[in-house]
Amino acid sequence: MRIPILKLHHYLLVSIQTEIDDHTAIQFQEDLLSKIHKSGSSGVVIDLTSVEMIDSFIAKVLGDVVTMSDLMGAKVVLTGIQPAVAITLIDLGIHMKNVPTALNLEQGLTKLHQELGE
Amino acid sequence: MKPQSCVNIKKEWDIVGARQLGREIAKKIGFGIVDQARIATAISELARNIYLYAEQGQICFDVIDTMEHKGICVTANDSGPGISDIGQVMQDGYTTSGGLGAGLPGVKRLMDEFDLKSVENKGTQIKTTKWVR
Ligand SMILES: Nc1ncnc2c1ncn2[C@@H]1O[C@H](COP(=O)(O)OP(=O)(O)OP(=O)(O)O)[C@@H](O)[C@H]1O
Ligand SMILES: [Mg+2]
Repeated sequence: MRIPILKLHHYLLVSIQTEIDDHTAIQFQEDLLSKIHKSGSSGVVIDLTSVEMIDSFIAKVLGDVVTMSDLMGAKVVLTGIQPAVAITLIDLGIHMKNVPTALNLEQGLTKLHQELGE
Repeated sequence: MKPQSCVNIKKEWDIVGARQLGREIAKKIGFGIVDQARIATAISELARNIYLYAEQGQICFDVIDTMEHKGICVTANDSGPGISDIGQVMQDGYTTSGGLGAGLPGVKRLMDEFDLKSVENKGTQIKTTKWVR
């Protein structure tokens, strides 16, 4: 299983639609970083609308991918986190303080526009 | 109590299998969407710990359905290295694998009851329960 990464102008769009196992998560991390590198994209939206569960491992991978992309010069916004997922993350003690988020894909793109000034 | 169903944890994908089965059972019992997510997340943490630290083990589900109580009991069993300092592993941020160290303290908060028994070099058993409110 590989998570598809779409290119839209100078942004990358990812919509996670499947149950993520650990291997898929790590593979996605590598795929996204190499796609940022190859495409020269300055912004990434990862939409999590269909994701029903984020445990500590997936949270770590997502948090890391934001930091790593940042290091490379691309800004990542996570969008569409479900209420139940937000609640369980806080139960886990995971606050994702340094991770930019938005309510949905559209607002995520707006956020990128604003922050990148493009 | 209905008969137990168990999932063997041996490979990475079994973590997904266990949390999916657990969520299905939780949904049938009548848990709401948030508690279903809590239960699935707790199972994922317990199953991954088995996979990472004990290599293999089992996650078992019991449905509790009595006059007073309705709930799900999730038990994680392994014959791995065991845990010597239980107080330490229950601290937020304690990890020996470069993780977030959120798993075990998280499971305790996600579920209503939490009981950890471990004997060094023998194995670990964690029994947790969530009640339908
Ligand atoms: N079944 C087990 N057998 C032996 N040791 C365990 C077991 N489960 C947990 N541990 C030990 O307890 C520590 C804390 O576990 P916990 O799940 O809280 O965090 P983690 O697995 O290190 O990171 P995270 O779960 O956030 O990805 C682990 O690093 C490990 O050393
Ligand atoms: Mg863990």
